[in-house]
Amino acid sequence: MPATYANPRYAPAPIPAAEERRQVVVGGAGLVGLTLALDLAQQGVQVVVLDDDDTVSFGSRAICFAKRTLEIYGRLGLGARFLEKGITWKTGRVFHRDREAYAFDLLPEEGHEYPAFVNLQQYYAEEWLVEACRAAGVELRWKHRIGAVTPRADGATLAVEAPDGSYVLHADWLLACDGARSFIRDSMGLPFTGQVFRDRFLIADVVIKGDVGFPTERWFWFDPPFHPGQSVLLHKQPDDVWRIDFQLGWDADPEEEKRPERVIPRVRAMLGEQVPFELEWVSVYTFRCRRLERFRHGRVIFAGDAAHQVSPFGARGGNAGVQDADNFAWKLAFVLQGRAPEALLDSYDAERIPATDENILNSTRSTEFITPKGEAARAYRDAVLELAARHAFARPVVNSGRLSRPSTYTGSVLNGPEGWAGGALPGTPAPDAPVLREGAPDWLLRHLGGAFSLLVFGPPEPSLPGALPRGVRAVFVDDAGTPGALWDHAGLARARFAAPAGGAVLIRPDQHVAARFATPDPAAIAAAHDRALAGASMEIAR
Amino acid sequence: MTLDTRPRLADPDALFALLVEAHRGLDAEASRRLDARLVLVLANHIGDMDTLRQAIALAREAG
Ligand SMILES: Cc1cc2nc3c(=O)[nH]c(=O)nc-3n(C[C@H](O)[C@H](O)[C@H](O)COP(=O)(O)OP(=O)(O)OC[C@H]3O[C@@H](n4cnc5c(N)ncnc54)[C@H](O)[C@@H]3O)c2cc1C
Repeated sequence: MPATYANPRYAPAPIPAAEERRQVVVGGAGLVGLTLALDLAQQGVQVVVLDDDDTVSFGSRAICFAKRTLEIYGRLGLGARFLEKGITWKTGRVFHRDREAYAFDLLPEEGHEYPAFVNLQQYYAEEWLVEACRAAGVELRWKHRIGAVTPRADGATLAVEAPDGSYVLHADWLLACDGARSFIRDSMGLPFTGQVFRDRFLIADVVIKGDVGFPTERWFWFDPPFHPGQSVLLHKQPDDVWRIDFQLGWDADPEEEKRPERVIPRVRAMLGEQVPFELEWVSVYTFRCRRLERFRHGRVIFAGDAAHQVSPFGARGGNAGVQDADNFAWKLAFVLQGRAPEALLDSYDAERIPATDENILNSTRSTEFITPKGEAARAYRDAVLELAARHAFARPVVNSGRLSRPSTYTGSVLNGPEGWAGGALPGTPAPDAPVLREGAPDWLLRHLGGAFSLLVFGPPEPSLPGALPRGVRAVFVDDAGTPGALWDHAGLARARFAAPAGGAVLIRPDQHVAARFATPDPAAIAAAHDRALAGASMEIAR
Repeated sequence: MTLDTRPRLADPDALFALLVEAHRGLDAEASRRLDARLVLVLANHIGDMDTLRQAIALAREAG
């Protein structure tokens, strides 16, 4: 049905001549599996990806890509494509019945390469990831379905079914990215528990040419005149596609509600008789908030929807999965390259499970506000909305989805000293800032990540790089434009770290702050670097 | 903050009358919503989650 996008069809891979043993196998070429494969390949790891289909996401599914995700794709070399094709927005408006109750601005701060959000159909993101994976040497095997999994102490043995036949593949490491219905998870008998919400939603992606009369903002209605008693969400995507999300209630019949005869009148009631539109993609869904108890099971590691699922309110599903990949890829690469002990991998659970719980908490609370169950919940929800129109104090209580925020690994065992008070603390993703490089506009984050780096707020110190642990890159940032340093001409880089002159920040390959030092003492830096890699071996009990 | 449960109202009869008066003419649903709005206004005025938790616990126990 989609009129603006034709799914590419990738040629199925031939089957190997004999049983194979591969170091890293990614199960599932969705948003998360592809991101993980690309990150690993860029870190020099050979990866095989298996997918039971031969194309990218059918229908757009995820449309809101958050700033942190965009920064991760920036690090992986795809950021410019998201900015170019995607729709940038930062204002959300909430309506109650026929009037506006509340509006919010997501990124009031200037001086970041990436905006708070870009809207883009998931299939474009996946298509670009496929291209980038190929360029990075990832072996993609389309139409290769994992039909059986036997976990072992030294990896997992897979039975793979392909169009040309079946074969056995031994993986030293299996990265399970096979989505919410994960076959790998189910066949390992791992409980996936949480809450089911008794409600149904209709997604209608519609193409509207010309002036629609809606700005590029996120509009959310509670109990609007055109869809009484329920909620509606409207969002713009590229290619003149608009996402409309109608709450239907638990009693709605999903098959019936998907029929164009049912969908078209709903959309028309909302847009008005005079606005011509075409249906692009229609889907009815229910949702859950649940997760695996642990994401690492020996040599099998779960990421993305296979590990956790949230409601779509807040755009936390895909954005969380991309952060899983960001967190795990460098750790596995370091372990495989003998630069860190295997225990480093346990910090993936230690860091991503609290992040998941935060996503589940936010998504659950939003869901309770949007679809109040019971008379009291409904009365409080409506009371908040009634007050919000006129009273500022009630506006922050309005919850139409708390949009994805970057995860902060506060208290992670990988974190070293804080060095000074305030600014971006250990565990937080390094904040971006505009800088000048040899006089040309540039961004701080472009110089961080991929490897460990030491960000030094001062002019280049020629003896420092040689005194750093192997693989740690020195990045000098000063306020005078000294040759060899990035020029923090607006003073924002230093301000966002609240760094003293001469202060230094150790930054992990995933751009998260590991440790800070008021003065860059090589011995202290080496100890923090060790802690961010190997220190994990002493601190984390399996 | 500790929830203050000492008698603090100078004119308790007036408070009772005020509450009854506020609900006059409202049906059950409208009354429920008025109470909800009132709780939200007062909760914001108190502005302290800890005190509010104690208040909610006290109210539940008393019922
Ligand atoms: C309506 C809707 C709206 C959403 N909106 C947003 C949003 O705005 N922002 C956001 O961040 N997220 C959003 N999400 C969530 C987002 O789509 C998911 O979180 C994301 O797709 C998860 O990616 P994944 O790679 O983990 O799983 P998937 O994308 O599901 O990929 C799993 C892959 O595994 C393959 N696979 C499955 N089984 C096997 C097997 N046995 N062998 C081989 N391969 C297999 C599948 O073919 C598939 O390619 C939304 C979801 C929905 C449904």
